[in-house]
Amino acid sequence: MTLNYLWEARMIVANRKSLEEILNMLKPYKKVLLLGCNECVTVCAAGGEREVGVLASELRLSRSKEGQEIEIREQTLERQCDHEYIDQVRPFVGDYEVILSMACGAGIQYVAEKYRTKSVLPAVNTSFLGVTLEQGVWSERCQGCGECVLHLTGGICPIARCAKSLLNGPCGGSSNGKCEVDKELDCGWQLIIDRLKELGQMDRYEEIIPVKDWTTSRDGGPRKRIREDLKL
Amino acid sequence: MRLSYPANVKIVKVPCTGRVDILLMLRAFESGVDGVYLAGCLEGECHFLRGNLRAKKRVQYVKTLLDEVGLGSGRLEMYNMSSAQGQRFAEVAREMTEKIRVLGPSPAKKKK
Repeated sequence: MTLNYLWEARMIVANRKSLEEILNMLKPYKKVLLLGCNECVTVCAAGGEREVGVLASELRLSRSKEGQEIEIREQTLERQCDHEYIDQVRPFVGDYEVILSMACGAGIQYVAEKYRTKSVLPAVNTSFLGVTLEQGVWSERCQGCGECVLHLTGGICPIARCAKSLLNGPCGGSSNGKCEVDKELDCGWQLIIDRLKELGQMDRYEEIIPVKDWTTSRDGGPRKRIREDLKL
Repeated sequence: MRLSYPANVKIVKVPCTGRVDILLMLRAFESGVDGVYLAGCLEGECHFLRGNLRAKKRVQYVKTLLDEVGLGSGRLEMYNMSSAQGQRFAEVAREMTEKIRVLGPSPAKKKK
């Protein structure tokens, strides 16, 4: 297993597309390079080495059933969001007609950027930044809004965990600690208030968080972050 | 006990059905077998505590994969028995063989 928690310890959660959808995408192709990723999609069991094995098996069984051939090379890269790892497939990428990537959307796109003459297909639907609640269960925690207020809300995010991303308390739809959107969903603000009480920080609840500047979020356009001191 | 059971049943010994991975089951079908079954300890009596329960979950999952792929979930089953139950072992071998005979050869078999 990799030391992914030494870096920005985020986990992108994705889930595999249906076999039917993937088979449709692969209709014109007989030689497929199936790329897995050893980071986030491994943790959320969507696109790691094991899932690559299972998908390849399913594809071969399916094609076999139709009396059609398929040749699949199974390769799991450390990450697909860094050049050095994607470069590792350069020696044999030319042998394949198409690349099917099980990485998150970022990885899939980076592979496409590098191998411009190949169609790169997504085998997963990338969903959210989240955490592992227990083996087999992952939950959303962060929306990457670019302006973190976790110090004001007892470590619980009102943007990600409130269905309406409210900044100053629950709405009228909060009932018995649950959100009106889904009775299994905890009300984010109930969680925040409970936590602030535990921490003895209810005075922070009284401080009004002003209208959010969404320009730091995706709403301001695709983002880039640069650290000049690190550039060679 | 020297009981006879159908010759088409090939046994793969594992220390516990918990050792059987999703990929092992799928690769068995890829190799062209018509049916697969796991024979594990009775529930609650797994020597390794919960291996047979993990196997049960995995079998349920692979059944859904087999349906997706079009081979049919009926080709994979989980059975529980004590290693003392020789009769049950033979009975299960016969039962599964009959089941697969009705389903016919696997459509994923490589045509020679």
